[in-house]
Amino acid sequence: MIDFDSVSRLYGDRPAVADVSLRVGTGEIAVIVGTSGSGKTTLLRMVNRLVEPSSGRILIGGRDNRTLPAHALRRGIGYAIQGHGLFPHRTVAENIATVPSLLGWDAKRISARVDELLSLFHLDPALFRDRMPHQLSGGQQQRIGVARALAAEPPVLLMDEPFGALDPIIREKAQEDLLAIQKAYGTTIILVTHDMDEALHLGTRIGVMDAGRLVQYDVPHAIVAAPATDFVRSLLGAGDRAFHLLSLSTVEEMIESGEAPGAAIPADMSMRAALSESLWSRREALPVAKDGRVIGRVTRAALERRGAGPQ
Amino acid sequence: MTPAAPVTPARLPTLLLLVCLMAFLAMPEAFSGLFAPLTRNGAAPIYTQAPLLFLTLNHLALVAAGTLAATIAAVGLAIATTRLAGLSFLPLARAVANIGQTFPPVAVLALTVPIFGFGPVPTLVALFLYGLLPIFETTLTGLTELAPEAREAATACGMTETQRLMKVELPLALPLILSGIRLSAVIALATATIGSTVAASTLGEVIISGLLTGNTAFVLQGGLVVAALAILLNEGFMLLEAIAARRAGRPSAKG
Ligand SMILES: Nc1ncnc2c1ncn2[C@@H]1O[C@H](COP(=O)(O)OP(=O)(O)O)[C@@H](O)[C@H]1O
Ligand SMILES: [Mg+2]
Repeated sequence: MIDFDSVSRLYGDRPAVADVSLRVGTGEIAVIVGTSGSGKTTLLRMVNRLVEPSSGRILIGGRDNRTLPAHALRRGIGYAIQGHGLFPHRTVAENIATVPSLLGWDAKRISARVDELLSLFHLDPALFRDRMPHQLSGGQQQRIGVARALAAEPPVLLMDEPFGALDPIIREKAQEDLLAIQKAYGTTIILVTHDMDEALHLGTRIGVMDAGRLVQYDVPHAIVAAPATDFVRSLLGAGDRAFHLLSLSTVEEMIESGEAPGAAIPADMSMRAALSESLWSRREALPVAKDGRVIGRVTRAALERRGAGPQ
Repeated sequence: MTPAAPVTPARLPTLLLLVCLMAFLAMPEAFSGLFAPLTRNGAAPIYTQAPLLFLTLNHLALVAAGTLAATIAAVGLAIATTRLAGLSFLPLARAVANIGQTFPPVAVLALTVPIFGFGPVPTLVALFLYGLLPIFETTLTGLTELAPEAREAATACGMTETQRLMKVELPLALPLILSGIRLSAVIALATATIGSTVAASTLGEVIISGLLTGNTAFVLQGGLVVAALAILLNEGFMLLEAIAARRAGRPSAKG
């Protein structure tokens, strides 16, 4: 869906992005992770041509992104940033309606779409449609920013540290919303973050940037199990590798038959949370429930084996 | 959230001032007693060669015309500066606006009278030139420095340059642009008085007549009317700016 083909961007003679090639498949979430100044934002902004590459090219759906005029290209690509960039002089509805209006949708269709998006983000349309951005909390502004980016149902969504300013609880909620929305629309997403936990949680694939170079691009499991460089290893955090690995899967795939004491855990709980629960409640095995019915158990011994690194 | 209260306690003195000014302009003779102590040898306490109301309206019309022309030119210049060739045009534009500001209005009058003759036109030219800089600078600031994230979002949403200007940049800059217009208009109000030296019919006529005949009452009433107009104009624009700031989603902006 999106192909970076040997893309570089120089500022002066310093490369902000150096010879990056990567492919993001349709409906995937590619998360670009790296320290500050590693070139993540520059890489992202070359997709909708807020920055032009010095060399190389970017194909979207097989077409060079320079075939369309920049403004027409951008109407088909959602863009959401940390500061959300809402228009302070426009209501919530007007903000969300920005791209549909530019595309000339009729008023009825726009208004229906605005209400649909507000509901999707758990905001009552009747209550929020006519508010001004300064009348919203930070978390609400952030959701409107993403709603605006999605308004015209773009096949591609770019997000630059979209959850960076949110407190941990709201951030987790926003991440779940994003995953649900991605599932509903099948949007192809490139998301930039400096938070490896966020990358592991959201990414179909993770690209690690270090000083302008893409040093590893792979599925989360492979990143955790086999970091390509010391830099990737340090991003993962030396002490947390087993837990990272466990957090990537749910207990559903390791349910065995048998009895276990106490309250059941849901089948979609991560292995990491299950191990924690097993330790905390002093139970060697936990019953697992799906759709309100106990369907088996997981044992602490099995969870420990799943967290073990390669020999 | 913020109530649209036109009459707050702070605005009460302004309203009083407006009422006094209107009363004075409507029937200046009623105030003869007030100005009589400032006259000598039984001179008239109130200027009557031309009705004060007529002079005031003329004065305001000149200020309005000069400021309007300056607004159109300065806003146009600022927009052109932000569009053309990545601000390389800026030093030139700034120089043009600066010349208008630094050249003394009296000199402008002296230079333009030979071209346009006596009457309101030389004064209009002086007001126009003198009004450019504040409007140019505030517009430029408003267009380039306000809400960088919103301006970038406009581009990222796929607005063309013109759409971004009309839908985002100008609405957000409006309160600042209005403050520039306010400055220019208040300056123009004072500057217009000297227009009467080249036969523009303004309130300066009253002051100059007072100077020539040694009648302090004339000088004072001309000066007071101009001062009152300046305060009222300033307050009126502040009100507009506050409304514009609220529209621009900045309810906390002062005003
Ligand atoms: N417009 C610019 N002009 C000059 N240097 C820039 C510009 N944008 C980014 N850079 C430089 O490029 C490098 C990468 O920046 P950026 O892509 O913003 O990194 P990240 O998003 O990973 O923090 C940094 O060293 C930054 O200083
Ligand atoms: Mg960045």
